[in-house]
This record gives sequence, structure tokens and C-alpha cells, in this order.
Amino acid sequence: MNADPLLLSRIQFAANISFHILFPMITLALGWLLLFFKLRFNATGDDKWMNAYRLWVKVFALSFALGVVSGITMSFQFGTNWPGYMETVGNIAGPLLGYEVLTAFFLEASFLGIMLFGFKKVSNRVHTLATVLVAGGTTLSVFWILALVSWMHTPAGFEMRDGVAYATDWMAIIFNPSFPYRLIHTTLASFLTVAFLMSGLSAFRWLRHDRTPAVTATLRTGLILGAIITPLQILAGDLHGLNTKEHQPAKVAAMEGLWETQEGAPLVLFGIPDEDARTNNYAVEIPGLASWILTHDFNGELTGLNDFESHPPVAPVFWAFRVMVATGLAMLVAAWWGVIKLRRGGLPGVWLMRILTAMTFSGWVGVLSGWYTTEIGRQPYLVSGVLKTADAVGPVSGGAVAVTLTLYLILYTILIGAYISAVFYLALKAGSPEAKRAEPAAHGPALIPGVRLENA
Amino acid sequence: MPELIPDLSTQEGWLPLAFMVMMGIAILAYVILDGFDLGVGMLLPLGNPDEKDLMIASIGPFWDANETWLVLGVGILLVAFPTAHGIILGELYLPIAMMLIGLTLRGVAFDFRVKARDKFKETWNRAFFAGSTLAAISQGYMLGQVITGFVGDLPSLLFSLFIGICLASGYALLGATWLIIKATDDLQMRSIRWAQNSIVMMAVGIASVSVVTPLVSNRVFHKWFDIGNLLMVWPVPVATLATIAIAWRTLKRLPVRLADDNHYGDWVPFVCTCGLFLLSFHGLAYSLFPYLVVDRVTIWDAAAAPESLLIIFFGAAFVLPVIIGYSIFAYRVFWGKATPLEYY
Repeated sequence: MNADPLLLSRIQFAANISFHILFPMITLALGWLLLFFKLRFNATGDDKWMNAYRLWVKVFALSFALGVVSGITMSFQFGTNWPGYMETVGNIAGPLLGYEVLTAFFLEASFLGIMLFGFKKVSNRVHTLATVLVAGGTTLSVFWILALVSWMHTPAGFEMRDGVAYATDWMAIIFNPSFPYRLIHTTLASFLTVAFLMSGLSAFRWLRHDRTPAVTATLRTGLILGAIITPLQILAGDLHGLNTKEHQPAKVAAMEGLWETQEGAPLVLFGIPDEDARTNNYAVEIPGLASWILTHDFNGELTGLNDFESHPPVAPVFWAFRVMVATGLAMLVAAWWGVIKLRRGGLPGVWLMRILTAMTFSGWVGVLSGWYTTEIGRQPYLVSGVLKTADAVGPVSGGAVAVTLTLYLILYTILIGAYISAVFYLALKAGSPEAKRAEPAAHGPALIPGVRLENA
Repeated sequence: MPELIPDLSTQEGWLPLAFMVMMGIAILAYVILDGFDLGVGMLLPLGNPDEKDLMIASIGPFWDANETWLVLGVGILLVAFPTAHGIILGELYLPIAMMLIGLTLRGVAFDFRVKARDKFKETWNRAFFAGSTLAAISQGYMLGQVITGFVGDLPSLLFSLFIGICLASGYALLGATWLIIKATDDLQMRSIRWAQNSIVMMAVGIASVSVVTPLVSNRVFHKWFDIGNLLMVWPVPVATLATIAIAWRTLKRLPVRLADDNHYGDWVPFVCTCGLFLLSFHGLAYSLFPYLVVDRVTIWDAAAAPESLLIIFFGAAFVLPVIIGYSIFAYRVFWGKATPLEYY
């Protein structure tokens, strides 16, 4: 088989970014939740918040480390595999990436050490400030990188001279048409990911008979957060979809599996898109619903795939979109079921606890399928209307890419396995008797808010 | 080479120069800061289980921020010199992938070794060592490739591999001298011995680069050995020799002093090693300037559009001092002898 560097480079970048995105999606929201735990503890002095902080700060540290190392790999792959990208749009992408490094990466990385290991070395106030700066740095980093990603979808504020993009209006570049929607949709997705990670691990501990106040506190936090965020996320997703229809109609047509331009387009619940026959096999449809969702009118007209000069591969976008929506609906049911149980004064029953445990990493499924929907939906372009993916690939031989791709895949598989098992192990260990004995500091006077710890 | 340098009063002239200086600072900061992290990682198997925890604790709060300088360095290359970025990273495809795998192993092993089940701790310790070593050797290999201008023949590959081992020794020296500052008792004493072993290899490495670079490039030869230039540049090799001598002498005397509980000068070897890296870096930069790819692409050939460079320049001019400020703060928080890492 002849190794095609374009295909292999695409698989490699997809593998890398899929692996990478899992971890920032946890640290983005978890940073703010750690701050929440810390502020709750400062306000109430209740040990359960500090116990929750202790477990989750470790999950944060582990996720952060995996996010950093995979992020560094990505920053190099721009140059090693996609030199055409920087040569064409480097004048736009460069400053956005530069500001991410300068304003976000150093901030989070420098204060992470103090946040993780500085509890006894600095005052409680400085430690809280370090937590704020790490969470803020993570958020800033998401801001910059999504500005760039969104610009690749809906480029604005630039002009082309001799095949190279030059910036003309930085505000238009950063706040390009899809950016606000993507930023909100992604941030909410991160909070959902953490909400289910938190309720899932807490349910897991509860099932293993670890039913301390810290476990119920994080279970409640996760469920309530999930119940509030899921409806907001569905609304944000709808708005993002409308924005996509305006700027990238071919992507929406692929998401809906809509081949012919038509009024009153049906919503395809299930079907197998066939790009050769240009139809969906075994389709189950609800008449008019797709038009209603996208135009808020049952007879609204939607443009079909056949009327676009180029469009993304249909089946992956179609399926990824359905997986994302299904995950969101499952989250909605699970979170509200749990909250209703909580409202009735009790805790969820054994079955819901099992479901929540199974849904611990459901946020990742939603994030990845959503990411695939939007990113594959941009193909064949790397930057919509400006640069095709095929024109950005570098001169590296297919063989070299095959070697590195194999190594990365092995490494990532091992690391994902190690991460998931370590997270569950940390949760188990947090409830073990040794862990409780090892936490006398929480009962001492040293942790009174605002009091400096003297070599505790 | 005055004909290579354009009018520096224009934006097209001075901006690439400013970014080259910034990139130089970032790379030097990375090499020294992550150098001692990687060095400690390479020395890790020499410690007993308790010492291993302490060795890791001595770099624990810093490694992440230290590694960020690498992102800044490659980021500036990417942002300011997009064409050179493509050429250099394309030529170095495999060693870069090896370095990234090494850095990944090192970075995650740091957390996994204490968070996964205890029975895996030794495995993650090995991953920490292997990752640090692989990253260090890959970086040295890349340096060798840059110096020889990506010729790709067998002698240049062997030379690059040799530089890889020498840079790894240099990092081990940084790591060992860092441990002399951060460790106590037996570990501190043994760190002195590790430093003595590494400094020899590093000196050999510096000597080889100094010999090979002028031989590879006629231009570099003239830069160093033309009579007019020789009078200007002789302080560099002399200062290098003097620094090695001071480090060597201190390493000889320290064990006696420490045995008397006299800690005077335990920071000298580390500072000397930083000085060696600074001098070597200076020499290399002098040799290569104004080229990013030896004798092929200058910083002005490769620079991005001035309007894009300007917008980052002002941001960086404001943000970099702030970064340096809070980095110093972070080091001060964990000043003094390393203590076990605790989350609370």
C-alpha cells in the first residue's frame, strides 16, 4: 500500500486534536469549580468542601498535564505537517496563537505550581488568587484558540494579496461571525463534561459505599450543574446551528442529510447517507421539522447538498451530529431525573447511580462528536473559501508520517486507559480509611480562612 | 555580511531582528529551565525511592511553566518566520516527533507516578527517565542538524547523534547542580559526583561544536578566524574555559565544605553551568546570524508581514516582563531546599 501523506497527516492531526481536546474540556470548567469549592470552604468552613477540593485538584493536575503535553505536540504539527497553513494564513493565525501563549499559557502554567503544591507556602488569599489565575488562564486560552478556530470557519477582517492573507481589522478577525456561538457552545460543553464527570465519580464512590458528605456534595454539585447547563446548551446549540446555516450552509445540509433543495424539509431521525446515489437509505423522517428547526417555519426552504459546488463528506458529519444530539438528550434526562430525586429530599436510587457512573465520561462523547460535526463539516476547506486542506500539507514522506502516527496512536491509547483508570482509582482512594487518616490538616486551626499557615 | 542586512530603520528591517532576539531569549530560557528538569529526570534512576520523590519534588512546581518557553520559542518561529518554520520543522520531522513523545512521557509520568496504583509507580519512574532522556537527545540531535545545515549524510547524522549525547550531558549537569542546591545529605553529595561526570562530556560537546561549525561553513570560519574578527571574539572561548575551570574547582571543594556543614557556594556550579549554556548559545547565535537555515534563509527572508509582527511585538513587550515577574514570584514561593510535594 502506498502511504498517502495527506490522508495520514489528517488522521494524525485528528488523532492528536481529539486526544488533546479531552483534557482542556475538563480543566476549563474544573478550574472554576475548584474555585467554587474553595470559596464555599472559605465561607462555611465545612470540611466537605475541602475534601472535595482535595480529590478534584488531583484530577485537575492530571488532566492539565495531559492537556499540556498534547497541546505542545499540536503546536509543532502545524509546522511539521501543515506548512501551507502558516504560509497562507500565518499573518492571522500567528498573532492569535502568539497571544494565547503570552497571555494564557504562562499564566496558567506558572500559577499551577502554587495552586497545586503551594497551599502551605503561601497565604490562603494568595492560594485562592492562584486558583483564580489558573482558571482564568485556561479560559483565556480557550478564548484565543476558539477565535482562531472560528476564524477558520467564518474568516473575516482580512484581504488576500498574492495568495497570502493579510489582516485588515483585528476586531473583525477575533469576533468573527461564528466566534461568540462557538465560544459559548464550547464553554457550556466543558461545564457539562465536568458536571457528569463529577456526578459520575461521586455516584461510583457512593456505589462503593463511600457516602461521606464530600461525596454527596459533589454529586449534588454535578447534578444541579448538569440540570441547569443542559437546557442552556441545547439553546446555544440551536443558535450556533442557525449561525452555521447562515455562513456554512453546506455543513448544515450534511448534518441534516439533505440532498435536494426543498421547502418543508424533513428531519431525518435515522438513515444511511449514500454519497454515490445522493440519497439516504432506510430513512426515518419527520416532515417539515428540519425546516422548522432551522428557519422556525415548517415550510421554510433549505438548500440541499446537490446545490453546493463542494460539500463535506456527508456520512461522518451526519452521524457525528446525531451522536452529539443523542448524548445531549441523555444528559438532559439523567440530570433532571437526579435533580428531581434531590428535590424530593433524597438521593438518586441505585439504578440512577449506575447510569451516572456509566455516564462519567459522556461529556467526552458529546465533545468529540460535536467537534467532528463542525470540523469535518468545514472540509474540503481548512480555512473556509481560502485554503483547501489538500493544499496545506507538507512535503514529509508518507512513510515518516506512518511511523509517527503509529507511535502517537500507541501512546495515546495507553495514556487514555491510564487516565481513566487513574481517575477512578483516585476516587476510590479518596474514600479509603488511610486517606481519611492522612487528612488531619482539615481539622486543625491552620485552615481558618485568611490565616497564614505557619509551616503547618 | 552587510549586504544581507536591510535598512534597520524600517519596520521590515528592525521587527525581524527584534523577534529573533525574543526567540533567542525564549530558547535560552527553555534550554536552561527545562534543561535542569530533564537533567533531574535523567538522573532519576540513580536515586533510592525516597530520593526519587525528593528529586521530582525539586522540579515539581516548575516544569510546566519551564516547558512553556519551548512553546513560546517555536511559537515565535511559527508566528514571525513562517517560511523558515515550515522548512526547519519539515527537515526535523522525526527528531521532533521523538522529542514530543519524550516530553509527553515525562510530563504525564510526573502525575501518574503518584496518582496511579502504587504497583505502577516504578513503571512511571522509568517512563519519566526514558522520556527525559529521549527529549534531551532529540534536542541535541536537532541542534546538530541545524549546525550542519540538514545535509543528511552519514557523518552529519553521527555528528548530530554525538551532539545529542553531549546536550543530554549538559542537561544532566544542570540537573545535578540544581540538586546540589535543592537536596541535602547523601543525595547532595552524590549530585556533586554526577556533576563532575557530566561536565567532562559537556566540555567535549562544546569543543566539537566549536570545531565543526567553522568547518561546515566557510562563512562561519571567516566570522571567527579573520584577524579583525578574532580580536573581537576571543573573549567568548576564554570565558568558556574560565567558567569550566571555576565550576570544576568548586565541585572539588564542595564535598569538604559540606562535610563541615558549610553551604557556602553550593549555588556556584549551577550558575556556572547556566553561564556555559549562555556562552555556547551566544557563540552559536553569532555563527548562524543572520541565517535561520544555515546559508539559505535569513531572518528577513522568512519574516511575516510587518503589520502582524507589530501587533504581537507590542503585546509581547508588555506581557513578557509581567511573565518574567510572576515566574520569579513562583520560584521564590518554592525557594530553598526541596520539600515533599503536598496538595494541601
